[in-house]
Amino acid sequence: MNNLLNVSPSPHQQSPETTRKLMYGVVTALAPALAASVYFFGMGAIIVTLTSVLSCVAVEYLIQKFILKTKPSVTDGSAVVTGLLLAFNVPSNLPVYIIIIGAIISIGVAKMTFGGLGSNPFNPALVGRVFLLISFPVQMTSWPVPSGFKTGYLDAVTGATPLGTMSEGIRNGETVAALMEKVPSHMQLFYGQMGGSMGEIAALALIIGGIYMIWRKIITWHIPVSVLLTVAIFTGILWFADPTKFADPLFHLLTGGIMLGAIYMATDYVTSPMTPKGMIIYGIGIGVITVLIRTWGAYPEGVSFAILIMNAFVPLLNMYIKPARFGKEVKHG
Amino acid sequence: MSSIVLLTIIMLSALGLLSAVILYFVAQKFKVVEDPRIDIVTEVLPGVNCGGCGYTGCRAFAEALVKSTSFEGLNCPVGGADTMGKAAAILGRQALAVEPKVAVVRCNGSPANAARTSFYDGAVNCRVAHSLYGGTTGCQYGCLGCGDCVVACKFDAMYMDPVTELPVILDDKCVACGACVKACPRNIIELRKRNKKDRKIFVSCVNKDKGGPARKACKVACIGCGKCVKVCPYDAITMVDKLAFIDSYKCKLCRKCVTECPTAAILEIGFPIKEAKPAEPAEAETN
Amino acid sequence: MFKTFPKGGIHPPENKLTAGKPIVVLPAPLQVTVPVSQHIGAPATPMVEKGAAVKAGQVIAQAKGFVSANIHSPVSGKVSKIDTVVDTTGYKQTAIVIDVEGDEWVETIDRSKTLVRDVTMTREQIIERCQQCGLVGMGGATFPTHIKMTVPAGKKCDLLIINGVECEPYLTSDHRLMLEKGAEVLTGASIIMRALGVDSAVVGIEANKPDAIAHLTELAKGFKGVTVQSLKVKYPQGGEKQLIKACTGREVPSGGLPVDVGVVVQNVGTALAVYEAVQKNKPLMERVVTVTGRSVKNPGNFQVRIGTPVTALIEAAGGLPDDTGKVINGGPMMGKALAITDVPVTKGTSGIIMFPAESSKRAEVLPCIRCGKCSSACAMGLEPWLISVVSEKAMWDKAEQEKITDCMECGACAYTCPAKRPLLDYIRLGKSTVIRMARERISK
Repeated sequence: MNNLLNVSPSPHQQSPETTRKLMYGVVTALAPALAASVYFFGMGAIIVTLTSVLSCVAVEYLIQKFILKTKPSVTDGSAVVTGLLLAFNVPSNLPVYIIIIGAIISIGVAKMTFGGLGSNPFNPALVGRVFLLISFPVQMTSWPVPSGFKTGYLDAVTGATPLGTMSEGIRNGETVAALMEKVPSHMQLFYGQMGGSMGEIAALALIIGGIYMIWRKIITWHIPVSVLLTVAIFTGILWFADPTKFADPLFHLLTGGIMLGAIYMATDYVTSPMTPKGMIIYGIGIGVITVLIRTWGAYPEGVSFAILIMNAFVPLLNMYIKPARFGKEVKHG
Repeated sequence: MSSIVLLTIIMLSALGLLSAVILYFVAQKFKVVEDPRIDIVTEVLPGVNCGGCGYTGCRAFAEALVKSTSFEGLNCPVGGADTMGKAAAILGRQALAVEPKVAVVRCNGSPANAARTSFYDGAVNCRVAHSLYGGTTGCQYGCLGCGDCVVACKFDAMYMDPVTELPVILDDKCVACGACVKACPRNIIELRKRNKKDRKIFVSCVNKDKGGPARKACKVACIGCGKCVKVCPYDAITMVDKLAFIDSYKCKLCRKCVTECPTAAILEIGFPIKEAKPAEPAEAETN
Repeated sequence: MFKTFPKGGIHPPENKLTAGKPIVVLPAPLQVTVPVSQHIGAPATPMVEKGAAVKAGQVIAQAKGFVSANIHSPVSGKVSKIDTVVDTTGYKQTAIVIDVEGDEWVETIDRSKTLVRDVTMTREQIIERCQQCGLVGMGGATFPTHIKMTVPAGKKCDLLIINGVECEPYLTSDHRLMLEKGAEVLTGASIIMRALGVDSAVVGIEANKPDAIAHLTELAKGFKGVTVQSLKVKYPQGGEKQLIKACTGREVPSGGLPVDVGVVVQNVGTALAVYEAVQKNKPLMERVVTVTGRSVKNPGNFQVRIGTPVTALIEAAGGLPDDTGKVINGGPMMGKALAITDVPVTKGTSGIIMFPAESSKRAEVLPCIRCGKCSSACAMGLEPWLISVVSEKAMWDKAEQEKITDCMECGACAYTCPAKRPLLDYIRLGKSTVIRMARERISK
């Protein structure tokens, strides 16, 4: 025989699913939301997205090439996903240099220092976002007002997010009913007609992407559903107790980063639990912490912090929440 | 302003002091009484925790040394006589003379010598390959080339030669801890007596097959012909399961067997080149 | 109507290319090589000398101990040598090489094709006959059948399951057997029922074999207590524990045997072999092998003598395709890759699959992204990512704690891994090490 046979242990077949396909599946799922952002925020959304993705990919490549001296693995698509998610989590008028700093923190600090893909304990994009939020509070909280496609970038008209309006109003003693007049209607919120981070506004587009990911078996329903359900139930109880002081559950679900967070950020493979039971506990944790921060915290929005806090519990959840084993154990005499 | 600075300093000092007092009492409370010599002996040990002594780490070995009545059977292969001498001095005991050893790879199945018959595509791990099948050559005793031994070596004394696909031991770095010996699923690596100038004579083969199949699988296999046994003037060579073995403690490095071996399975390393028999570069590399 | 097991499982492409190919009986080759160890347990001891004349069906190697099986000469001829040859395990083993001369069988074997339905033997006679005839599990595990047929003291068995699942992709030998020798298989099932002392038997067949389900359902009407259960297509349904769960809902305890829940599982091929042994006095010397592959010219199901070289089978299927990169003995999920094709067919060889070079190499291994797909694919509810890593790092205690010994090595985890990590390679290593260490602990 001229060709030597390959010998390897079984199985001899591998599924067509690969890390790369999964990552680009997430990118595809984010496309509707990206389209919505471009529709509402115009040029700014494009600039922010491109800058973020390119700088994330570049940072990963440069670190692997020159610092770690390993084979660059940027083609696996994980840096692209991080870049997209980072872009989705910042205002669409964020100056380019701040985005680049965010990318360096996301990839350089939150991902590569822990050993790259698969080893980071915290969601890289969220670490970048929170770093920027704390370092550049003014730029990170001046939200452009959505107004059809426009070519302006840095000079966009800015305003508060619905959650911000609500939170500040309640603190100033206004009633929820009065504040509801000041924020967009629920239908507008559903489409994405509101101020906010670039990718978090269009609930409809995010849900479409989420359904696609569940259909493609990239994610399971456990995390998104448990997060959203927890938020709905928790805010529902509060709302039921005092509707003048607390906004209704639907408002909470449609505003802020809860959709983006629940469907795309919390479900990040690396930083989420691996068993369905663990996923549900993790999702409930995120939901509860989010509502706590939104209702009683200093920030009007708390999804990022909630996810990062729950990320820290993932190793613990993985250790203690085990899948149900097949067959009860028997003692051998 | 200055009062704030002063206050800060006082506060911090007070806190520090308080913590120190608490720590002191906690440390007293949970103190573990231990032979202080264990710490002293641990100090003189190499501290690499290689396990070459047979204990889990240097500290465990130090404990064993302190508890022992004589150094019989206790040896740190890494530190050698020097370290053992120091430990003996601390404990007031007699250091035993230990002959230095060195690890030797007893396989010469490079692609040039042993033709490859298949391509291994599983996890790069010798144990996985070993449990799977006979290996990429016709020889089911030889080196699998996945480098478990290199991973096991804590002293950077080994590397995989990309040409011969065999591990190479760097004599000057090898401390004979035996980690590679344990790591090898095929028992190819042996700890042998370290001779002067790192000279070596050994059968570089572990194939127990009959002569024909062994030779077919590998050009430099030991075919068990027994010529070396007959020619050895010191009874250093034994023949077990069609495989010659040279006892490194009996061998006087006369090299008679080397010239006698029909398959060049016996390697001589570190000797001046004889004009009659030019040293084969492929063989020299494998050491 | 269609049942299945609830936990885990995957759906690899079925590729049952040879499902419509009737079994072709190949003539005995010029020379057969019969390894003395074709089963789990102690190798048999050769009973013939070089130069001895043997008849087909004659014992040439005697079982050594209880967990062992007799080896019979599959052909008539002369023993040319007793040597070590590489067999399907990839290691050299003692084997008896026989030069074929004529085709003379031992006289006591009934070579007629007539179906003998009436079972006259007692339980002990059946078990003894199976032991004499060297029967082993034909599904691939090759565990001696007579042991499985003996219900251990203190245990109660109430159901026999005949495994016609054949969940491995490509393989179709059991499928063809059910279609072509359905009555024999069911008779075999009633013989095993008598040996076990049970009143009912279920034949589990996956829904991708509707013809076999229809055929056997029809035939089963004539067999008391035998029913056919169709099952949803899902790998690894052919695993004993999964099959029992799917058919009965009973869960075999961790570390236990099927008989702990009152069930014994036998493969379709084994049932046929039991029929032939008990009713025809024919020892296990032939088996059906599926020879297949995407680029194989003439894939098919062949009935060959044990000891036939795999090369002869490949020739019968149209030769080794030029683009072959891997030859597998068994199914693609659990089979063993062959380093050389010059190895004999043994009692456990269910298929020979030739993979083209481009689909035979494993993909590049990437870091684990902790997606958890392996955990959800595991039919035993294990965490393959975890037990694989602890095995790689030699943390055997942890591996044992995480129930590594429950793994049945089905390969669903490694199949499903998007990062293409060699999960099962390390799990298998860990499992064997943990089992060895446990044995050492017990023997101490």
